[in-house]
Amino acid sequence: MQTYIIRRLVLSIPTLLFISFAIFMLLQLAPGDPMSQVPLTVPPEVKEKMREALGLGEPIMVQYYKWMVQFFWIEPQVLIDHWFGTSFAEGKQRVISWQTRSPVMDIVVQRIPQTLWVVGLSYVVGILIALPIGIYSAYRQYSVFDQSGTFITMIGFSIPPFFTGPLLIVIFSVQLGWFPSIYDTTHVVTDWASFKVQFMQMIMPVMVLALQTTAQLSRYMRSSMLDNLGQDYVRTARAKGLREGVVVMQHVLRNSMIPVITVIALGVPAIFGGAIITENVFKVNGIGQLLLTALFASDIPMVMTLTFIFAILIVFFNLIADVLYGVLDPRIRYD
Amino acid sequence: MTDQVTDPLAALQDKEPSKPPRSQWIDVWDQLKHHKGAMFGGGFLIFITLAVLFGPYIYTVDATQIDIRNKDMRPIYVGLWDSSAKVGWNKPLGSDQLGRDILAQLIAGGRASMAVGWAAMVLALVIGAGVGVVSGYFKKADFWLMRFTDLVLSLPILPLLLVAVTLFRQPLNEAFGPEGGMFVLIVSVIGLTSWMQTARIVRGDILALKEREFILAARSIGTTPGKIIARHLLPNVVSPIMVSATLGLATAIITESALSFLGVGFPSDFPTWGKLLADAVQRMEQYPERVVLPGILISLTVLGVNYLGDGLRDALDPRIRGR
Repeated sequence: MQTYIIRRLVLSIPTLLFISFAIFMLLQLAPGDPMSQVPLTVPPEVKEKMREALGLGEPIMVQYYKWMVQFFWIEPQVLIDHWFGTSFAEGKQRVISWQTRSPVMDIVVQRIPQTLWVVGLSYVVGILIALPIGIYSAYRQYSVFDQSGTFITMIGFSIPPFFTGPLLIVIFSVQLGWFPSIYDTTHVVTDWASFKVQFMQMIMPVMVLALQTTAQLSRYMRSSMLDNLGQDYVRTARAKGLREGVVVMQHVLRNSMIPVITVIALGVPAIFGGAIITENVFKVNGIGQLLLTALFASDIPMVMTLTFIFAILIVFFNLIADVLYGVLDPRIRYD
Repeated sequence: MTDQVTDPLAALQDKEPSKPPRSQWIDVWDQLKHHKGAMFGGGFLIFITLAVLFGPYIYTVDATQIDIRNKDMRPIYVGLWDSSAKVGWNKPLGSDQLGRDILAQLIAGGRASMAVGWAAMVLALVIGAGVGVVSGYFKKADFWLMRFTDLVLSLPILPLLLVAVTLFRQPLNEAFGPEGGMFVLIVSVIGLTSWMQTARIVRGDILALKEREFILAARSIGTTPGKIIARHLLPNVVSPIMVSATLGLATAIITESALSFLGVGFPSDFPTWGKLLADAVQRMEQYPERVVLPGILISLTVLGVNYLGDGLRDALDPRIRGR
């Protein structure tokens, strides 16, 4: 197992390098000009100087090399400085956003809590709803609960978040006035009343995202449970007189969780990247919204860094999913 | 032991089949007929496709016609409970803030959305099936093609879609015109980013099929690899391709709408379902129907396609068929 993990980690380095190069070359083709917001009265030679100050005058390969140095060498140093109070990165050039002229990673770190709170929580809620639904509808296959559960998950699977979001806003904030339609990220939880406000404003975005997660996961859970319920070991367990609860919740569930856990692990990167639409609908200023504004402002360092962070997460969680599969299922041998 | 066989010659006679052999597709259809969801889904998909194809000939109102005198009208059914609402038979589903007819816009938008969906799905299938067949059949290509597939699978898709659309909008608009350029762009970016699952499934099936005797027989009589693929392998992987086609159509429609919703889709005077929905969000308190109608159309179409895919998967699986 260890050699497998090491091999996968080593293999992921060229993958990530290639991805970063592909994203970089794609962004080089961008027609957007970071100088487009500069007033027209600024003479062209000054603009040229400003472009060079942003590092745009260099050849593409030099730009790519410098970005790599900044991202892989200097940014970790900044992190170490931050943790241990050292000063490795003192005076070194970091990845700078063209919009705000401040380091990209600082902005990302500011935005991550919002995304994690809303999207991460919705993932947890989705899992907590999906697993019981999947288990029960597999156990009572073709029952009314199973039929309606399958129908509802199919609907949740099909309705896009940019429709459920506005729909919930129309129903619950406009007509009923229960929840606020905009997520206020400046809100600070200090006491019970402010916690209630925070809770109220989180319900809708969390539910919109949780619907998607629930729909996918409960389908997986159901089919995985169905695969296992027909196996011989289930009959054996029943025949030796185990109680039904023990058979289903211990024998079948533990075996059915193997593929489901890998699916859950594979979905984690989407927490960071996939919520762009929901963040946009509810005006949550998280990572997805940051990427969108950076794109429209042709802030290439920001877009580059964000997409690359998403890529790292995807590669990393793919690895985790594969390793988990091997750990949970002793029949799988990687060596 | 020999008592049971009365006439040894009769056992050697060729038995005439009592009825002509049933083709696989009749069996599939028989199974699919019993899947209610698939029938409804398929029916709705055909209905929507016909409606957007022939709708403009029946309901001949121009979707982009600005009619400022009749702006902000409500759908005709609002008059049932709200007698003060501005309704009229000339605009059955109301009109937007510029007086453009919503029914006509929905039909035109459906045309765009369905066209993008079908085209992107076909593109993704062609790429996916091509990569899958080549890497399943040719051992030399397998390693690199599958590494490439894994690589594309680990790209962050939606961010990259957004990047690609904002980047290539300008040059393609100049080449194909604002609508044509956007159509080519959206179809190709969706197609280029959603072929990986098909490729993996097709590769797996080809790998198993190519070890079978009929391929060996075909090769032994000197059939060229191209002929083997076209005559013997492709017809056998049609079922997984069809199932991924339904999934691909659903994802393509949703992705196109999502891009339009985020404001990077088609130009503003070119209606698609996602764009109609996005434009109406600002004023959804006064005119909820402008959000709800395109949203329902998107959702129902995708729901129908998904149900059809579910039914097809069951019907095409010979282990389940007949139960």
